[in-house]
Amino acid sequence: MEQTPTRESETLGRSPASARRIQFREGIRDGIPIALGYLAVSFTLGIAARNAGLTAFQAMLASLLNNASAGEYAGFTLIAARASLLEMAVMMLVVNARYLLMSCALSQHLSPDTPLWQRLVIGYDVTDEIFGISIARPGYLDPFYTMGAMTVAIPGWSLGTFLGVAVGNVLPLRAVSALSVALYGMFLAVIIPPARKNRVVAALVAASFAASYAAGKLLPGVSSGMRTIFLTVGISLAAALLFPVKEETADAD
Amino acid sequence: MQTNVYLYIAVMAAVTIAVRVLPLTLIRGQIRNRILRSFLYYVPYVTLAVMTFPAIMEATQAPLAGLLALAAGVLLAWFGASLFQVSVLCCVVVFAAELILVH
Repeated sequence: MEQTPTRESETLGRSPASARRIQFREGIRDGIPIALGYLAVSFTLGIAARNAGLTAFQAMLASLLNNASAGEYAGFTLIAARASLLEMAVMMLVVNARYLLMSCALSQHLSPDTPLWQRLVIGYDVTDEIFGISIARPGYLDPFYTMGAMTVAIPGWSLGTFLGVAVGNVLPLRAVSALSVALYGMFLAVIIPPARKNRVVAALVAASFAASYAAGKLLPGVSSGMRTIFLTVGISLAAALLFPVKEETADAD
Repeated sequence: MQTNVYLYIAVMAAVTIAVRVLPLTLIRGQIRNRILRSFLYYVPYVTLAVMTFPAIMEATQAPLAGLLALAAGVLLAWFGASLFQVSVLCCVVVFAAELILVH
């Protein structure tokens, strides 16, 4: 995610159309590697969707509307388990809670006179990666930069999911088995680097692995979705009470 | 009783979009409550960790292959590899391990 800050980044607020176009184009440029990564990862998400009984169109629609790897993955497991809609809503709230924090952080990065429609549009695609490149912009974020990245990232994500369902079943079992861990690899890439920098996070990751494993063995009757919700809320709350973070840490990417 | 898939997708989308859009449009100041901030800070790590293990061993044909992918993924991510690189390595490890483990 190397950034090449340009002088154009200084233009904010009532930026003329040409400056907007430059910001938009920079967003597209930075969005292309993200879109390629999305294409591969969402392909495996499509395989998970197919296992849950979704059609290629349904899976693509879910990706188009959600733009969330962990959230969609959790959602597909709940669909497969025929969970209730309430269970689904609670699950989405818990699994996507990190976007709440990112959205809060991003709100501090916008010029106060950013129009509502621009806030709504960029809010639609607050993902780990889009958040990452947006928060890294110097000065106030020009929403047109984020929109540029979105115009390539969202199609990549949706198309990959579609292909995962449509083409996933013509792949040999060996390849499907290998691809099915790509999503977990992505999760690891999100949680491990902060764990290296922060010992509490490292301990939490280890504790979460252990608790998840133990809960599956001890309470096999509890659905994996409910297990995720209870363990996430329980462990995170305990950590928040025992190890409240300092101001700077909570805002860090 | 079977719920329509489109209803599920609608609920997923409604909650997910609300979670992302509401803070960005409503909150202009900083969240002050330290416990709430800490909770929100820890949630992503815990939830992703809980979903990764032991599920990664159940996703593959041979559980050991999944475990090896986990170990390799943790190592590579620890040394700063990108999201894409970690994902690809995990896939390669499973593919290679299952060439030996699964006949």
